[in-house]
Amino acid sequence: MSEQKFEPKIVGFLCNWCSYRAADLAGSARIQHAPNVRIIRVMCSGRVDPSFVLKALAMGADGVMIAGCHPGECHYLEQNYKAMRRFGMLQHTLRGLGVEEKRVQLVWASAAEGQRLAEAIDQLVADVRELGPLHWAGNWEENGERLQALEDIVHEHQEAMEVTA
Amino acid sequence: MSEAAATKGKLAIYWAASCGGCEISLLGIDTKILDVAEAFDVVFCPCIADGKVRDVEKMQDGEIDVCLFNGGIRTSEQEYMARLMRKKSKVLIAFGSCASEGCIPGLGNLHNRETIFEDSYQETASTDNPQRVRPQSVTEVDEGKLHLPVFYDTLKTLDQTVPVDYYLPGCPPESPRIWEAIEAIVAGKLPPPGAVIGEHTTVCDTCPRTRDEKKIKAFKRTWEVLPDEETCLLEQGLVCCGPATRAGCGALCPAVNSPCIGCYGPNQGVEDYGARLMSALASVIDSEDPEEIDQIIEQGIPDPVGTFYRFSLAASHLRRSKREVAAGNGPSAAAADVR
Ligand code: SF4
Ligand code: SF4
Ligand code: SF4
Ligand code: FES
Repeated sequence: MSEQKFEPKIVGFLCNWCSYRAADLAGSARIQHAPNVRIIRVMCSGRVDPSFVLKALAMGADGVMIAGCHPGECHYLEQNYKAMRRFGMLQHTLRGLGVEEKRVQLVWASAAEGQRLAEAIDQLVADVRELGPLHWAGNWEENGERLQALEDIVHEHQEAMEVTA
Repeated sequence: MSEAAATKGKLAIYWAASCGGCEISLLGIDTKILDVAEAFDVVFCPCIADGKVRDVEKMQDGEIDVCLFNGGIRTSEQEYMARLMRKKSKVLIAFGSCASEGCIPGLGNLHNRETIFEDSYQETASTDNPQRVRPQSVTEVDEGKLHLPVFYDTLKTLDQTVPVDYYLPGCPPESPRIWEAIEAIVAGKLPPPGAVIGEHTTVCDTCPRTRDEKKIKAFKRTWEVLPDEETCLLEQGLVCCGPATRAGCGALCPAVNSPCIGCYGPNQGVEDYGARLMSALASVIDSEDPEEIDQIIEQGIPDPVGTFYRFSLAASHLRRSKREVAAGNGPSAAAADVR
């Protein structure tokens, strides 16, 4: 059997005012970084609800990056501190659910830091590559025996119905 | 059959992975239960009356007007019953937290069948089971095969199993709310299908305590403080789930100096209850230092999943904890991924 090489799928929530521009800058300055990140632009890291991250993981992302302006430099004053506190809550919960910490990373990068952002992306991709695929939906599946049992009940009851009908 | 009997609706009340408290709350509508009996024939309710699955199977599809279904889906038998009740009912209502969001039985999703069986049939202090006997789904005897329901690894909510028309939140739904829902059904004044029959605000909005946007340096456990009776419990450091939770109970718990633990489920528009609560609690932390923030969170909330998802783990985005060996981690699992 040929093992396909694992390409991590990463979702990146990037702040419009800093890290999204940093990603742009990295692009135009031809700074190389791993191509695995699907970038979603948000107006501020404080806009990133923990629900977005959980949904991304549930839908098949292997890792998530949240990136915002450096502490003290948020366009909406305090919102990246809010992101920082939410991130602490989220990580604490993800640990409880068995999701490895390195799959979800919080990064600060100003609009001028294309290089820094590119490195952070490479790091996240490398970390996730080492952890392997997450395939969260696989956690929900029952094995064949359990599904067979359900089919058996349906079948048995139908037969009984035909007898009594 | 008399005229009246012919126009009477048919009501079924069924339970799956649940505690029976929802039925008790239904009976809590008191003498109004007589009005229910006037409007409906209760055609199936194993909790309070004898009834046979066979009789339900014999009904026409859609013959039951309303089915109140409480409980999550943990076994093959419960899944079968959910499908049967769906087929035979015009309106299927997820009745209470267990059916809507998994509730306490859904916390079993932090474990799997093997670990739950190990606990239940081996580890509990009152168990003596040297032969390690476990329930078998099929047992061959002289007379033929005997079946037991098969226990799933993951508890599912009702709407993860069959389409659901309405949701009645609460663990259990408060009796007056149940009565209001029944009145709405009888009057044909139900909201659009898919809706939660309930309030669109939070417990906080109905809580009389005063809030001053005060921030805190530590979360405290209930036994660590004697809270004052006027100010918001969250601002006194207690983990109160009011900001994420749908109103409907009348803020019962804060009224008796106890924090809301979230039994009325997510407020309108909240996709993931725990995520909303994480955001709400994060916003009262008085720190801008990542290390101090982590310390406040870790010390004050020793059981994050049980705190944020006490009632809603099975309905959350992730639904359960990661399994050591994901039994279904096969081709169809990959197909569900985003590309
Ligand atoms: S919602 Fe609460 S009261 Fe109702 S069955 Fe579930 S655990 Fe019991
Ligand atoms: S957090 Fe709790 S105590 Fe504070 S207003 Fe909301 S419900 Fe009331
Ligand atoms: S205050 Fe919260 S926990 Fe208490 S009854 Fe209301 S919703 Fe449930
Ligand atoms: S504007 Fe960039 S993090 Fe707030």
